[in-house]
Amino acid sequence: MSATISVSDLRKAYGDVAAVDGVSFEVTRGEFFGILGPNGAGKTTTLEIIEGLRKPDSGDVTVLGLPAWPRNDQLLPRIGVQLQASSFFERLTAREQIRTFASLYGVPAKNADDMLTTVGLTEQGGLRTEKLSGGQAQRLSIACALVHDPELLFLDEPTGALDPQARRNLWDLLRQISKSGRTVVLTTHHMDEAELLCDRVAIMDRGKILKAGPPAALVREIDQPVRISVQSGLVSAEQAGRLTGTGAGEVTDDGVSLSIATSDPATVLSGLARADALAGLRVQGATLEDVFLSLTGREYRA
Amino acid sequence: MRGGGFSSLSRAMFLGFVRDRAALIFSILLPVLFLLFFGSIYKNTSAPKLNLVAVGRVELLAQARQADPGLSRILTISHGRSVAAALADVRKGTDDGAVLQHGNTLVLRFSIADPTKAGLVNSVLGSIVQDANQAASGQPARFTLAASQVEDKSLKAIQYFTPGLLGWALASGAAFGAAITLVSWRENKLLRRLRLAPVGIGSIVGARIGIAVAIGLIQMAVFLAIATLPYFGLQLTSAWWMAIPLVVCGILAFMSIGLLVGAIAKTQQAATAITNLIILPMAFLGGAFIPLDFAPNWVKEASYVMPLRYLVTGMQDVMARGEGPASALPAIGILLGFTLLVGAIAVRMFRWDDI
Ligand SMILES: Nc1ncnc2c1ncn2[C@@H]1O[C@H](COP(=O)(O)OP(=O)(O)O)[C@@H](O)[C@H]1O
Ligand SMILES: [Mg+2]
Repeated sequence: MSATISVSDLRKAYGDVAAVDGVSFEVTRGEFFGILGPNGAGKTTTLEIIEGLRKPDSGDVTVLGLPAWPRNDQLLPRIGVQLQASSFFERLTAREQIRTFASLYGVPAKNADDMLTTVGLTEQGGLRTEKLSGGQAQRLSIACALVHDPELLFLDEPTGALDPQARRNLWDLLRQISKSGRTVVLTTHHMDEAELLCDRVAIMDRGKILKAGPPAALVREIDQPVRISVQSGLVSAEQAGRLTGTGAGEVTDDGVSLSIATSDPATVLSGLARADALAGLRVQGATLEDVFLSLTGREYRA
Repeated sequence: MRGGGFSSLSRAMFLGFVRDRAALIFSILLPVLFLLFFGSIYKNTSAPKLNLVAVGRVELLAQARQADPGLSRILTISHGRSVAAALADVRKGTDDGAVLQHGNTLVLRFSIADPTKAGLVNSVLGSIVQDANQAASGQPARFTLAASQVEDKSLKAIQYFTPGLLGWALASGAAFGAAITLVSWRENKLLRRLRLAPVGIGSIVGARIGIAVAIGLIQMAVFLAIATLPYFGLQLTSAWWMAIPLVVCGILAFMSIGLLVGAIAKTQQAATAITNLIILPMAFLGGAFIPLDFAPNWVKEASYVMPLRYLVTGMQDVMARGEGPASALPAIGILLGFTLLVGAIAVRMFRWDDI
């Protein structure tokens, strides 16, 4: 079976800037795929080329087996696109808004109202979109993208400007959408978001995809030590050093907590347990930020 | 699906318009206020009324009023207590003339502060005396004077500026509406969102045209409803209905200007400024604010390159001057030609987004 999205050697330059510089990847059916990278990495450009909004300088893109460019009327009803929270008709209520989008696709008003319920906006249905909170507007925007029940959904930084609570609520919604069997492609500059939501992520920087794969596999691959920390004063740095064994661990004690970096956490943990020094225990594995650091040699800064 | 797109887009645009207080104020309320204002100021310019104050018994006036009831339409007569008080009133301008009768002499005292009224009061009273003389002589009049205004009798001020102000309201409504919608939809990416929906550009533009025409016809209906109130006294001439196709073509012409501005401008502020820069001078030079008949020559000449001129004079011809329906055809042709030209440029300059 062919991939839902297949991108090969995509290039797009703006003047001297190679916004997308030889990008290739595939997205399979039902997958939750993330493009992760700092601002200016080329995520939006890549996504909009796949959506058929921009024409690539070179490279091939097929979406659901059809070429993405030029704009293909047959493709449009099968994809849903969320561009930006404020892409609404002025001065319409949330319900009028989604019903308008529904009718553009020939979808009855009833389905539109149901979709409003799905994203939890029934109560705000009569509210003008200008009056919605950031999170509510974002959810309406996603609802408008989903109203015609597309197989494939594109989301460009859906949690970009949201507060932490609104972000978590939106994550729940996105998981729910993915569970319903749709293929979802999302861009984000939040590492935690990609790690939490995506089946597979592509890490992008300066127009190139540095690495792609399941977040856990990417993290495992860099083979970074696990950081274990407990309260200061339970064991001395010396004792702790012995616990790390031969694992070339590194011990630091800042007077508040004592941290041990190790590639053999099992030994360290059981050692600490034997010394009855587990108070305030925290175990931190490597994250995608470490992956980014190891790939680029730079700290990750969104 | 195309049809659904057209009607739901039209609905969305219409709701967006009627809920936009600023748009309602600028396209309907403000022009109507202008109409009310000018309508009240110039209400009497074509038939000024004369106020006379009579001191004592003025037999001649009483007879004249009996003989010609129409006289009371232009003459209001009050009674003064004394000659001195009456003269003071005339000096102040509260009355246009003081009259008293000494035997067979009708005495008129008037002020030349308002020369028009001074002339009028002299000639009205002169003709009353003449009529009385004639009646006394018992002879039928040998010579009569048939005098009438050179302007069409019905062409009162309201007849000039109803089409003028309406033309301005239509022009700015259509141009601003198109320019602002285009820019704001591009700014908030709605245009691109629509591009990814299965609706054609034809449905989007068609809906916008439909809404602009609907708004224009509402403006027209409001204007005519107010101007034809007896208080303002607009009298539509027989071929006034020809103003409807004229208005539609005018809206197309000004929409094309708006679309061109919307294609060029990057922000709503820029779009507003550019549209103002185009529409305002046109309102002054195209006969909307200053009737071209009274305008200096250079304005008349400049007006020929302004599409607003054709909309305004075309409406005046069929709505107020009593010309036939065919008189609007040249204006319609010019407006449509203008639409095609500017519309074609706008299409070439059109951008879906800022990229
Ligand atoms: N329309 C454009 N014109 C000029 N440069 C652009 C345009 N779109 C994107 N770029 C440039 O391409 C690069 C990638 O941009 P973008 O795809 O928006 O990144 P991201 O979405 O990852 O933040 C940036 O350097 C940006 O300045
Ligand atoms: Mg982006």
